Parts: sequence; C-alpha cells; structure tokens
Amino acid sequence: MTEREPIEEENRRLAQRRRKIARDGKDLTGAKLAGRLERTWRRPPGIVGWLATVDHKEIGRRYIVTALLFLALGGVLALLMRLQLARPDNNMIGAERYNQLFTMHGSTMMFLFAVPVMEGVAVYIIPLMLGTRSTAFPRLNAFSYFMYLFGGLLLWVAFVLNIAPDVGWFAYTPLSGPQFSPGKRADVWAQMITFTEVSALAAAVVLVCTILKCRAPGMTLSRMPLFAWAMLVVAVMIIFSMPAVALASSMLISDRLIGTNFFNAAEHGDALLWQHMFWFFGHPEVYIIFLPATGFVSVMVETFCRRPVFAHAVVVLALISTGILAFGLWVHHMFATGLPRVGYSFYTAASMSVSIPTGLQIFCWLATMWDGRPRFPVPMLYVVGFIVTFVIGGLTGVIVAAVPLDLQLHDTFFVVAHFHYVLIGGAVFPLLGILTYWYPKITGRMMSEALGKVGFWLTFVGFHLTFFPMHWSGLLGMPRRVYTYPAGLGLELPNLISTIGAFVLAAGVVLFVVNGLVSLYRGAIAGPNPWGAASFEWATSSPPPVYNFEHIPVAESVTPLWDTVDDLPVVTGLRVDDKEMLLTTVVAAAPDLREPIPEPSLWPLISACAVGVVFVSSIFSPWALAVGIVPCGIALTAWFWPKELKRHPEPVID
Amino acid sequence: MLQPRFTEDVSGLPTCKFGPSSLTWWGIIGYMVIEGAAFALAFAAYFFLMGHEQGWPPEGRLAPDVLAGTLFTILILLSEWPNTMIKKAAHAGDVPAIRRLMPVMVAIGAVLLIIRGFEFNSLNCRWTDNAYGSIVWALLLLHTAHILTDWLDTVVLWALVRTPLAYEPRRQVDVDENSLYWRYVWLLWIPIYLMIYWVPRL
Repeated sequence: MTEREPIEEENRRLAQRRRKIARDGKDLTGAKLAGRLERTWRRPPGIVGWLATVDHKEIGRRYIVTALLFLALGGVLALLMRLQLARPDNNMIGAERYNQLFTMHGSTMMFLFAVPVMEGVAVYIIPLMLGTRSTAFPRLNAFSYFMYLFGGLLLWVAFVLNIAPDVGWFAYTPLSGPQFSPGKRADVWAQMITFTEVSALAAAVVLVCTILKCRAPGMTLSRMPLFAWAMLVVAVMIIFSMPAVALASSMLISDRLIGTNFFNAAEHGDALLWQHMFWFFGHPEVYIIFLPATGFVSVMVETFCRRPVFAHAVVVLALISTGILAFGLWVHHMFATGLPRVGYSFYTAASMSVSIPTGLQIFCWLATMWDGRPRFPVPMLYVVGFIVTFVIGGLTGVIVAAVPLDLQLHDTFFVVAHFHYVLIGGAVFPLLGILTYWYPKITGRMMSEALGKVGFWLTFVGFHLTFFPMHWSGLLGMPRRVYTYPAGLGLELPNLISTIGAFVLAAGVVLFVVNGLVSLYRGAIAGPNPWGAASFEWATSSPPPVYNFEHIPVAESVTPLWDTVDDLPVVTGLRVDDKEMLLTTVVAAAPDLREPIPEPSLWPLISACAVGVVFVSSIFSPWALAVGIVPCGIALTAWFWPKELKRHPEPVID
Repeated sequence: MLQPRFTEDVSGLPTCKFGPSSLTWWGIIGYMVIEGAAFALAFAAYFFLMGHEQGWPPEGRLAPDVLAGTLFTILILLSEWPNTMIKKAAHAGDVPAIRRLMPVMVAIGAVLLIIRGFEFNSLNCRWTDNAYGSIVWALLLLHTAHILTDWLDTVVLWALVRTPLAYEPRRQVDVDENSLYWRYVWLLWIPIYLMIYWVPRL
C-alpha cells in the first residue's frame, strides 16, 4: 500500500496538467490552428528525418514512385522479349537469357509493381478519404515500405550480377528444386517472395486497422467510400492468401538448402503440393490486383457522372463475394495436371461464377453513367478503356475456365493474351486513370489534358495491338515461355504486330510519365477540389498539409462534400501539442478513443535492415536464422521501447 | 475551402480501452489470422502428404515418443491459469499483481522452450528422411517460432512493467493483449500436438 499513495498523487498532478493541454476548437481554428499543427506534425528536416518519416503521404508516394520504376524495368524486359519474338528463328536473345527475362518480367510485375502500387495508392489516399490524420501503425507502414524496397533490390541486383531466377514467376517444382535448378537463382526468387510477402502483410494489417478504426465520425460502414471497401476486402484477402506463398517459398528454400523433401517425389513429397500452395495464393493475388482497380473505377465514375454509384450496396456485396469466391478457384490453374472429374466440374463452375459479381459491378457502373451526366476527361477515358478491355479479358476467362478448352490452350499465348487483358485492362488502365485523377491532390497541380489524351490513345491502341494478336498465335498453338518459333507456321504476322504494338504501348506509358514530370512544374494549380468530387480527400488543400485536416470532418452521407452547402461539420478536441488522432467504433463510426501517433523513428528502417540481412544470408546458410534473431530482436525491441520512462499527462509514442 | 461547422467535442474521450476498441487489439487479431492461415496451410500440407503414404508414419518408422510432447502440453495448458490472473490484474489496473505474475509467465515460457528441445529429440525422424519427417519438423519448428517470439515479447513487457510506465493504462492494455496472444499460442498447439503425436498412432 505504501506505493499507492505517491501514484495517486502523481495521477492528480497529471490530471491537472492534462486540463492545460491545447486542443482544436472554436477558439483555436483557422491559420492559428494550422500553424500549431504544422509545428507538431512536421518531421525533422534532413536525411535522417527523411528516412525516419512515418507520414502516410510520404510513404505512399515512395511506394507509388518505386512501383512505377519497377513497372518501367519490367516493361523494358517485355520490350526485349517482343524484339526477340518479332521474327521467327531469331537469335538476338538466347534461351537461357529469355528464361530469365520472362521470370524477371512476371515476378517484377506481380510482386514489385502491381500489388505494391495498389497498396501505395491506398496508403496515401485512404486516411484522407476516411477523414483522419494518419494510418494506423505508421511505423509498421514505414517498415513495410523498406521491406518491399529491399525485396525489389534483391531481385534486381541479382539480375545485374547474373544470378537472376529463371524458373518462371510461379517457380514450379521440380524445375525450381535442388535437382534441376542448382545454384542460387531459384533461392533469390524465393527470398524476394519472403520480403514482399512480409511487406504486403504488414501493409494489409495497417489498412484493415485504418479502415475499421480510423474513419471519420458518422462514416458508418454503409457510408464508407467504395474504394475503402475494395481495399478492406483486398487487405483481408492478402491476410488469408499471402501466408500460403510465404510458407511455400520457405519450404522450397528448405528443400534446396537443408534437404527437406516437401516437393521431392523420390521421398514421397509431391511437386503438386507446390502448385496447390502457390495457386491458393496466386489466384486471390489476381483479385488483390484487380479489386483495388474496381475501387478506382467506382471513384472516377461517381465523380465524373455527378451521382453516387448506382446500387452502392450491390457493389459492396459484389466486392465481398468476389473476395470470397477468389479462394475457391485456385485449382483452375492446375487443370492440365490431371484432376478427378468432380474437381474439374467444381472448379469450372466456381471459375465461371466469379464473373457474376464482376458483371454486377460493371452493370452498376454502366447504370451510373446512364443515369448521370458523364464528362470524359482523361481519367474517365481510362474507365471506358478499362470496361471495354476488361470485358474481353473476362470473356476469354470464361473460355479458359472450361476444361476441354483449357487443356487445348494451356501454356499457349492465348493465356498470355487473357491475363494481360485482365491485368493491364483490369488494373493498369484504372491505375493510370486514378493517378491522373489524384495527381492534383498529391502534387497540387493538374496533369496536362492534351498530353493525357494522346497518352491514353497510344496506350489503348498499343495495348490491343500487342495483345489481341496473341489470342490468334495462341490458337495456332504457339507456346508461351519458348524463346523463338519456326517460320512457316503462320506465326510471323501476329508476332510482328504484337511487337509493333508493344512499342506503341510503351510510347503511351512514356508519355504518361513525361506528362507527370512536366506537370509537376507547369501544371495548372489545382485547388482543393478540382474535379468537384464528393469524398473527404478533397476537403483539404492540395497537396494536403502534414496533419491532413485542421479539424476532423464528420460524414453525414455517402457523398459528404456534395451534401453540404457551404460548411463542413467537424468534431474538435484533439490535442495540438502532440500528434493525436481520433478512433471510432467499427460499424457505427461513433467517436471511441483518442489515439497517440508515433513520432518519426529510424527503428523501422533498422529493423528492416536486420530482417533483410537475415533473409538474404539465409539463402546461403540456415544458421543465419538462428544468429539473426539477435539483431532482429534488438531492433524490434528498440522500436517499441519508450524513449522516456516517465509518465505524461496523456500518452505519447516517442 | 469549406468553413468548419463545430458539432462535437471529443476531448473527453479516453485514450485507451481494453478489447476491440483498442487499435492494437485489431493489429494483434490481424497477425493472429496471418499466423492461423500459415498454420492452416501447413496442416493441409501435412494431410496432403499423408494421403500419399500407405502408413503414417511411413513403414519402418516409429511414431514420435509422447513423453516430452505431453509434458509440454500439460504445462502449456496449466499456464493459462497464471495467464488469466495476469489478464484480470491488467483489467483491474493492479500493477503489483502484474509485476508479480509476469516473471512467472517468463519462467513458464523458458521451461517450455527447454522441453521443446527434448521434443525435437523424440520425433524419431530427421527432416531429411522423407516428406513425413519434413512436415513433422516443419510443424514443430513453426510452433517453436511462435512460442519463442511470444516469450521474447513477454520478457520485454516484463522489463517495461517494472518501470513507472506500468501505471499507464496503455501498458496495462499491452499486458492484456499479450495474455490474449498467449491463449492463441496454446490453442494452436493442441491440433499440432495431436497431429505430431497421435495421428501417427491412429
């Protein structure tokens, strides 16, 4: 009992100090409030501050820029492959290098571009869209970016050092096993997977917690923007699917390094175990890339048609059911491995059924356009390009979902055409659209409309010119992943057209990048809400201040900025002397808690370095794991350990 | 920019609560689901590989000896008793009780890790022997990683509650959520125990 009394005295003293803390409100608003918040929220200047930042906008920008650089690198590899295939019996690139090129291209595009870019956009926009000051767990967010960056560097440094993987982006065993892939190429691939999975899983937890707990008051689940719904479904899908590939790649490394027999048929392992585990991740992965893009489309359709998306609830249910169905179709990638009859029927039916919720979403967008007053600036052109292209890709998807056709078309260019239609048409077009759309929010300036239109048409025409002929060459029997083809089989023309198309497509993408760079300096000043949109990211200045909003806004409808006349309802009372955000309840979004936000810290970077060293050295020795736990443990403990072991009037994370 | 219309003052809200109001509670649930998904797939791999064999363990092999694993199971189940006491102490804000009980959990974790060493020794197979050996070692190793990380976490938390910060309600939420996680660690052990030691005896 002797200890209790000083504690109670301390509590009283802290309570007194707590009453003196400055908070936003009627008396502290406008420029005075902005100045106070700016001082509290800005990070330290210089390189250390830059590396230590936990601002979701900085991290999101880094994610987007890094992912676009990987897109460019992956695109260059694609152009090299198209050059090689431009004419028959070409010897520009040999078989071995070609194997590396398609492996690097697929791995880069799937793991280093498509998933991270969607996460990057979400990390930037979601807190703004939800009307809050930060993501949940901002240091974890920073850690996830560094892990992603290190995974990408591992793969590309290996490529430069000529130890790039050459076993395809899905690294089937036994080809990727110790017997057929000696050396370290397959290990580089497997550890790149581990890096990107750790990163994606961390970002997914950040996004789920942000979307469930950090929404503006009044933004009930039924009023939540469709992009936030899409990212919630995607983050949950990441959480359920990515452990599969992380486990599978660990098993692959252990088969290769310490002689386990998971995939070794001679010791009663099974190569098909790899395929099951890989595709249990790999199929949901496709929707992890596609569903954020449907969120983008909903955002753009709403804004440019000047009405809320038709049947909001149906779109939400379609997103959720797509997310669930995505886990029931992985075996359709394995039709050619020989399955029981009932397996064929089940997975065909499941694969076809996923077109129902996707179709529902498309009809909802069409109905929104029908009923609204559509305008067609550049982002909306990409929406139309998306609908056209994705519908074609969806139809060829229904075709290859049928077993007899799949057995015929498996591993041909028809499949290459199909998945580029759904991935580029379904995800990259909406991405280019949404980057144009959110560019003014991120940079404060508009992208050039004229350059954007030329860029769109080059991209759209170039895309179809590249990939439509692949249906044709695939139907003629041209196998994918073979470095050349003989003359005289009718493959010359479609391949030449594809190669020309690839360069047109690349010109379109280059123009997009040029437009982005030039507009940074020359673009028209955007103002807070240049498109006249309805969601909260447009309620703050462009680019947003480091603290996002002076006061936390209140959502009174699905389209809050359209449903208010000239003022914005806000809540007040968050402290301004330290970083604080508001947490709300999961369903009703009623104000629940005030939550301190961590200060910038170098420890996420140091932790990522420690984990990175362990991952890379475990390619060479299993002891790296045992030894490496020490630096990782120290770094993670330092990350969480408070700098000052004394109590504050209100909690801080320093 | 739109002018603010002031509605509600949130300065009176608390800065922490136990359970689903807490942001870290959701983070921990997220990581539990991630680990659960990994374990579920490892279980699926176990049964997938089992389906390829005539016998389990494969013919000519002995099933693992049950002594160490059973001792481990009894101790980890008993550990829920002090674990629940810590959880209650955290909810009551009873710092002396938290400080008394945390070292008990640290000690239990250390003993469990020692017994785990003997478990590896009683599997009667090596990971290199065949697919059966590989998956059995993988399951045990995965759970060891699970228990080791939670043990380290508990050690750090123990050090933290020995400081004045133990009186911060947020640290008591940490203690509560650490106990929640420990429940998950022992719950997950039950199917693994059955799969390693008893499925081969069916």
